[in-house]
Amino acid sequence: MTDGKDLKHVNEDMRKLLARAAFGRGDFEDLFVVPVFAVVAALVLGALIMLATGVDLPTIGKSFVALAKGSAGSLNAVSETLTAAIPLVLAGLGLGLGFRAGLFNIGAEGQLLLGGTAAVIFTFTFPSLPFPILMLFGLLAGALVGAAYASIAGILKATTGAHEVISTIMLNLISFRLLEYLLRQPYIQREGRSDPVSKSVPEGGQLPRLLDWLDPNLRLHAGVFLMLLAVAFVWWLLFRSKIGFAFRASGANPDAARYAGMRSGLVIVAAMATAGALAGLAGAAQVQGVLGRASPGFSAQMGFDAIALALLGRSHPVGILFAGILFGGLEAGGRQMQVDAGVSIDLIGIIQALIIVFIAAPLLVRAIFPWGFRKMTKGGKS
Amino acid sequence: MSAVTTDTSAEKVASAKARQARITGGILIGLSLVVLFLLDVAAGEVATFKLSRPRDTWVAPDLVVPGAFNTIAAALLAFLGVRQFLRGGGRWTSLSLGIGIALVVLAFLVWATAGKSFSLTGMLQATMVRAVPIALGGLAGVLSERVAVVNIAIEGMLLAGAFTGALMGSLLGGWGGLVMAVLVGGMFGMILAALVVTFRMDQIIAGVVINLFVLGLTSYVTSQVFAHNRHLNNAEIFRAWKVPILGDIPVIGPMLFNQNLFVYGALILVAVATYYLFHTKGGLRARAVGEHPRAADTLGVDVYFTRYLHVTMAGMVAGFGGAWFTLGSVGRFDENMTGGRGFIGLAAMIFGRWHPVGALMAALIFGFADSLQQKLALLNTPIPSEFLAMAPYIATIIVVAGLIGKARPPAADGKPYVKE
Repeated sequence: MTDGKDLKHVNEDMRKLLARAAFGRGDFEDLFVVPVFAVVAALVLGALIMLATGVDLPTIGKSFVALAKGSAGSLNAVSETLTAAIPLVLAGLGLGLGFRAGLFNIGAEGQLLLGGTAAVIFTFTFPSLPFPILMLFGLLAGALVGAAYASIAGILKATTGAHEVISTIMLNLISFRLLEYLLRQPYIQREGRSDPVSKSVPEGGQLPRLLDWLDPNLRLHAGVFLMLLAVAFVWWLLFRSKIGFAFRASGANPDAARYAGMRSGLVIVAAMATAGALAGLAGAAQVQGVLGRASPGFSAQMGFDAIALALLGRSHPVGILFAGILFGGLEAGGRQMQVDAGVSIDLIGIIQALIIVFIAAPLLVRAIFPWGFRKMTKGGKS
Repeated sequence: MSAVTTDTSAEKVASAKARQARITGGILIGLSLVVLFLLDVAAGEVATFKLSRPRDTWVAPDLVVPGAFNTIAAALLAFLGVRQFLRGGGRWTSLSLGIGIALVVLAFLVWATAGKSFSLTGMLQATMVRAVPIALGGLAGVLSERVAVVNIAIEGMLLAGAFTGALMGSLLGGWGGLVMAVLVGGMFGMILAALVVTFRMDQIIAGVVINLFVLGLTSYVTSQVFAHNRHLNNAEIFRAWKVPILGDIPVIGPMLFNQNLFVYGALILVAVATYYLFHTKGGLRARAVGEHPRAADTLGVDVYFTRYLHVTMAGMVAGFGGAWFTLGSVGRFDENMTGGRGFIGLAAMIFGRWHPVGALMAALIFGFADSLQQKLALLNTPIPSEFLAMAPYIATIIVVAGLIGKARPPAADGKPYVKE
């Protein structure tokens, strides 16, 4: 063994260490370049799908203009984007937290539905409570019910090993039926209605509108502060608290975490309950801020969009915030697109799915866009 | 569980088993009380189960069950429960629970039908029909998980098959639609394989993404194209075809030999898959890839190719199952019409212990719960229909929670393989 070869090794090691310490090009690519390429690629493919379904070129151009205008083109558009982002970010934070703990929770949809329903029931049960108290208790009711519902899957996983993907999907399907049942109960159903619609959230339980002094049509509500608070809280929980460390350790290597003395069952239940609380909060914020009542399927697939969001945001609270604003913009822009260009809003779902494909498979993005990326070193990260 | 077996861990296992047996005993005793008090049939009332229709070639007499059946069932349940509780049944635990649940279902049927009559044959026939997509979904799961690819995308593949069946069935006729549905299902299988094998994407994320994509695409086309072009979403369906002679046997005939192409197809596919996986060279190789890909690779099996092949086959099976929703029943596609059947198929696969026949049996149980729910709505039971509709989902959770400890997935399940 010669000295020269040894030195070369040391050099190599040093370079690797430095690369890990600094916010390097690799991180930049992962956090910015890949998402941007993913969004662009998804939009291009979306255009191709429109072409394939017989939409002509001018209409495609018009729909992209409408998409941009509807998401960021005016104060109303920005307000709509943020309003749509609020429940998505809240639920996405919960899912991201679950991913960090190694739990693939598909159940946000059901937790969100039941949380929102609980908030509605609580607020119309105590209409005499004054404004901030009723509103806060409504949110709390939503969070608690969401947490309890998610805990079912957590406890089953911790005690029997039931895979959370299947149990949360089943809990979703159960929650749809349960909601249909609840909305037909005389206590909950609105008087004089034969369709399943709940009573309304009273004035004191609503999240106040923030911009209605400018224009009564602006729907942005105080939930936006709740969203920012939740981002900060989840960041603190994950990266500064002891239980958050246990979440991340169990997610990264469950065996190592167990040997280090962390109680895996407890971590699973706690992570599921926190995720469920955030999803329940998302439902409560949606009914108390926007909808004002519960009806079948009021969650409008938000719980599933939130999965995409958490993946897009790399399960990082700040990433989820930006991803949520992007998805909120797609949602608001999609509505504009449907009105202006007559292209179905379901296209947005396809674009979202494509974005995640490209985000979750960086190798695929690199294969499609070979430029813009550093050449991969052999055995480098995938 | 670690492989290390010390005295303490052996004791732990034994005590866990004893506890499980006690819990089972408790559940059985609880069920016996439920049957005794909640499913109580007034003395003298009888439940009439019709076994054949009046115009059948061979008419079987009606099955008349006296209400006392429920009292006997409660006593049997109590006996099983107490025995389990005291003796800690060991390997009898699952069997007792199985018998117990079967008794409760029978008692429930008698209670719901008391004083009325109910077509048992009709329900069994519906069971078979409703089990088809679940069984095919489960079979797709078996094929891909046997080569260690977790397939959450079955739901999306079913949906893609249903959509293609409706669209292509309207353009090319039933058979053309069926072939295209199978091909499109296979295409999504191949996409899943490409994402997880070549691009090493997380398997669950890949599955979820395919589900989202298919849901988005089919919903988009439904509202964008089908809404204005009804003729594109109006396929002719495959009608039931009665096997001569066999189809006339009471009960079994209508259930097994007077069905449409999809029921026969599902049964044949399950048989073929069982033979292929457990009695041929190819099947042995596939299972080796699922259990220990490195060893299989060393012995010259192409791991990547095997995974591509089997996940694509799984997609084709799921595409066939998806076509059932449109070509096998209504001929028209609706948004998200699979309604979670793919996931129930996945549960059926786990329940069936990663075996095609097991998956079929589990699918029949789910189909039974599903058709029971449908028929009971006609009997005017005091239970709200929403709760009956929940029953299959709750059953799935119980199955997944109760059996996962005993069923063992392929050893390499869910893990990507990187060739050295």
